[in-house]
Parts: sequence; structure tokens; C-alpha cells
Amino acid sequence: MLVTERDKLRSDIQALAGKNGRQRSGLLPILQEVQKGYGHISDYAMQVIADELAIHPVEVYSVVTFYSFLTQHPQGKFVIRLCRTISCEMAGKSRVAKQLENDLGIKFGETTPDGKFTLEWANCLGMCDQGPALMVNDVVFTRVTPDQVHDILEGCRKTFGVYAMEGKGVA
Amino acid sequence: MITTHTGPLTFSKIAANDGLKRALAIGRADVIAELKVSGLRGRGGAGFPTYVKWDLAASAKGDEKYVVCNADEGEPGTFKDRVLLSDYPDLVFEGMTIGGFTIGAQKGYVYLRGEYAYLRKPLEERLERRRKQKLLGENVMGKAGFAFDIEIFMGSGAYVCGEETALIESMEGFRGEPRNRPPFPVDTGYMGNPTIVNNVETFAWVPCIMSKGGKWFSETCGTAKSPGLKLFSVSGDCARPGVYEFPMGITVARLLAEVGGEDAKAVQVGGASGFCVPAKDFHRTLAYEDIPTGGSVIVFGPHRDMLQVAKNFLEFFVEESCGQCTPCRIGNVKLLEGVEMLEEGRCSMSYLNELCELGETMRLASKCGLGQSSPNAFLSIVEHFKDEVLGRTSATP
Repeated sequence: MLVTERDKLRSDIQALAGKNGRQRSGLLPILQEVQKGYGHISDYAMQVIADELAIHPVEVYSVVTFYSFLTQHPQGKFVIRLCRTISCEMAGKSRVAKQLENDLGIKFGETTPDGKFTLEWANCLGMCDQGPALMVNDVVFTRVTPDQVHDILEGCRKTFGVYAMEGKGVA
Repeated sequence: MITTHTGPLTFSKIAANDGLKRALAIGRADVIAELKVSGLRGRGGAGFPTYVKWDLAASAKGDEKYVVCNADEGEPGTFKDRVLLSDYPDLVFEGMTIGGFTIGAQKGYVYLRGEYAYLRKPLEERLERRRKQKLLGENVMGKAGFAFDIEIFMGSGAYVCGEETALIESMEGFRGEPRNRPPFPVDTGYMGNPTIVNNVETFAWVPCIMSKGGKWFSETCGTAKSPGLKLFSVSGDCARPGVYEFPMGITVARLLAEVGGEDAKAVQVGGASGFCVPAKDFHRTLAYEDIPTGGSVIVFGPHRDMLQVAKNFLEFFVEESCGQCTPCRIGNVKLLEGVEMLEEGRCSMSYLNELCELGETMRLASKCGLGQSSPNAFLSIVEHFKDEVLGRTSATP
């Protein structure tokens, strides 16, 4: 990591810590913001957060590793979470899963080499009456069929790179 | 979005903030008395009498008290709280404000699960509007000396945080590992202060009970031990999945007829941690005294492989166990291995019996509700569908 990137991360964390009162109860909100802004919580970030809250970095590590929405390793720009719980399974989540793997060329738990997409399982998204359901970052898609997978991914792709510059983005 | 047997959602048919106005007028003791008459019990599924919880927190010593709304709706097959928070957020906030007034709290939190992050913005806008309307902040509704505000706290994807002490640990910035109880949150909760943690639906019912009176709630419908109406989240093999409002004590058969799932061979009541009810028991009722439920009903059609259902639930628990206590951490892994042996048709009857004994041990020895209820689905499926799960060959589905 470049020194300037580290400085930015440090100042971001300091601002977040200030906003949350430099208390232990502010740990989760700080971690959520770092995850959102940087796609993961690096060892360096954990150390800075620990310094700000005056706790041991192991404490921060233990919290990061507990919650499934916080990760130590970089995630893609778009995190796709497919619900694998019973109602979505009965509604046909396996075929959607297969098509996601086919179209992205990765397995669940992996990130595409270009760093754009991460594919993960989710445990119940609370959309059991409209399964199969998946989330792309904070956006929920319901009653997803295998043929819609391509459109969902294209919708994401059109928000960056050459598509976005042509003004075709959907974001 | 909510389908009811009588038309619009019953507890929405009251004037906005009428419940809060009445609560502020009658005073703390009478709010608790009214809740006692209503017989309202925790809508998250545990069914603890709401008035007892509020009374304990109100009489607990301490200047700082908290109201927490448990919106960590992670139970598979449950989505009523999502609908309530999307369509009726003011009812929930009004109920929380009444709770704050009753126990003497200044601060309320909505613990919103990470999967519902998209609800955060609309909820915060609604809170801001309530502040402008003087329904939150200093001197709520002109009541001198009553200050109350609500904040949203985001979860980060952990099912166990729906357990109230794990939820509090999480809010305090720790791993969401359940605490030993007692002490209960009503005297040692958030930051060691008296705290009430109630389900979204419980809070949403309170304004209606205040407005119409506890007697109305307990006498209109429901059973003696489970009065009132309840929201049910229905999914799976039925024609009309969705959120339904039914009286407590409805039979499974009647519910299935309403949702178009008459040909079901079984239903799972209470989500992954609940029980599997086979067709021969469809005359039983959904009430705290018979089949307790947080409102999740998953319908299994005639063609469903019940072993796959058990497998899905156990995979869920292996993933979501916090790993703190041994019965839950190891037990669920062993049960899942057992299901895989059954799948491959190489599980003896005596080993299956041992697995059932292990399930009983997990019920007794696990630390929190997650571990204690995690073997329920497996045990009830094995009990009712022994014939289906044993002696599989590769030809069986």
C-alpha cells in the first residue's frame, strides 16, 4: 500500500472514530464504514482502529472475523449474495447459483480477477415469499431466474468503465 | 402487502399517535396494567409476557435505561418484520416511544440486520420527520420532562445476534456471543443498564393496545393463553405466499387452506429453529401453548424430500453457530454428518438413535436459544419421516 493510501485510511478512520465517540460501542459502525469504503478491513486498518479505540488489535480482529459482512480480504466492487436457505432452495436457487458461476467464471467465496465481482452465499435475506433472492451490495433482486443472471451482471458492468463513460450507466 | 383475513391490517386502523397520546395521559403504571390485561406476549416467538418485561425494567434502579427493537429478523422463513418496517414504520417507532416512556428510558435503538440495509435510509427519514413533529426529542408530544430519541444500529450478518444478549454484545462492539442469563437485560442490558429488547411486531402492537384498550386485544380473538392476532410469514409450496394476519390459535389446516397449500405433506413452523409438523398433525394450533411460533410457516409439498430439508437447516446452523459452547458447535456438525450418512443410505438405526440422543443433549446443554433449538428440525423430521429417511439407495431421491 502506498504511503498516501495509508494516510487516507488513517485519517478516514480517525474521522469515523471521532464521529462515533471513540468508544467500544462505536467499533461495529466504524468497521462497517471501512468495509464499505475500502472493500475489506486490512491488518493496517485494524491496527489503526485499535489505536483509536485504545483496545488491542486482536479485539478488532475477533470482531471482524465474527461477522459475515466484514472481511479481511478485498471484496469486489459488487458483492453478490445468493440466499441458500430453504425457501429459496425450494424455489430453485441451485440453478441460479450455477448460472452465476458460469457467467462470472468463479465459484462461491471467490472474487473475479478484475476485482469487480465477489460471489457469496447468504443465510436468509428475508425474501422467502419471493425466492430465489439475491443481493447485489444493498440492492435486492427477487424471483431470479437463470436467464436474468446475465442482465443483473450487465446492469452492474454498465456502471463502470467504458459503458459509464458513454452515459449508458444505470447507477 | 399484508394479506389479512378481514381486510387491512388490524393494528394499522388506529389514528396515528393516538396510542402514544393515551399512554402519556394514563401514566406508566396504567400502561403496564393495560398491557397485562391485553395478555400481549413476545411476537419474536419466545412468547414472554410483554408487561412483565416492561414492569421489571421500569422498576429496575438506574438513571440510564434503553429500549431496543430487535429487527435482526434472521430466522429462515420469517419476513413479517421487513414488511412492517417498510409499510408501517411509524407504528414501530410509536411503540418504542411508549416503551421509553413506560420504563423511563431516553434512548431507543433499532438493531437492523445488515441484509435490510436498504431500509435504513427510509427509516432514518421517518425518524427525522418524527423529530420535526415533536414525537421524538425533548418533551415528546408536549409531555414535560419526557425526552426520547431513536437511532438505527446496523447488524453485520450474524443470525445469532437475534438472541437478545448477543444483540446487546454486538451493539457494545463485541462478537455477537450470547451471555449467560441471568442477569437478564431488564436489569443488566446495554452498557450494563436496564434494557428492554422486544421484537418489531411486539412494538407495532403496543400503540393499538393503548388506543383500543387491553380488553379489546384479549377478547377479540386468539386463545386464553395466546390472545390477539399475529402476523405469519408464509413461504414454500403454496399458491399464495406472503404475510398474513391470523388470530392466534389458528389450526395448521385452516392456515394452509387460506394460503393455498392444502396438499402439503408437512409444514415447518418457527423457521430453522422450529418444528416440522406432519400432515397427520394439521389439526394442531399455532399458539404458544401448542406449536409456538414467531410466525414463520414454510410449506412442504407432496414431492419434497424431507431429508434435504433437514440438511438445509443443519447447514444453516453449522454456519451460524457462534462456536462459543460445545454442544452447539460440535453437535450440529455431527448431526449434519448423520444426515449425509442417511443420504448415502449407510446409517444404522442404532446410530440414528444415538444422533437423536445427541440432539436431546444439545437441547439441554447449549448455552442459548440457538443451540437449544437447533436440533428441533432434525429430531422432528426423523420422528415423523423415519420411513422416508432410512434405507436409502442411490435410486431414492
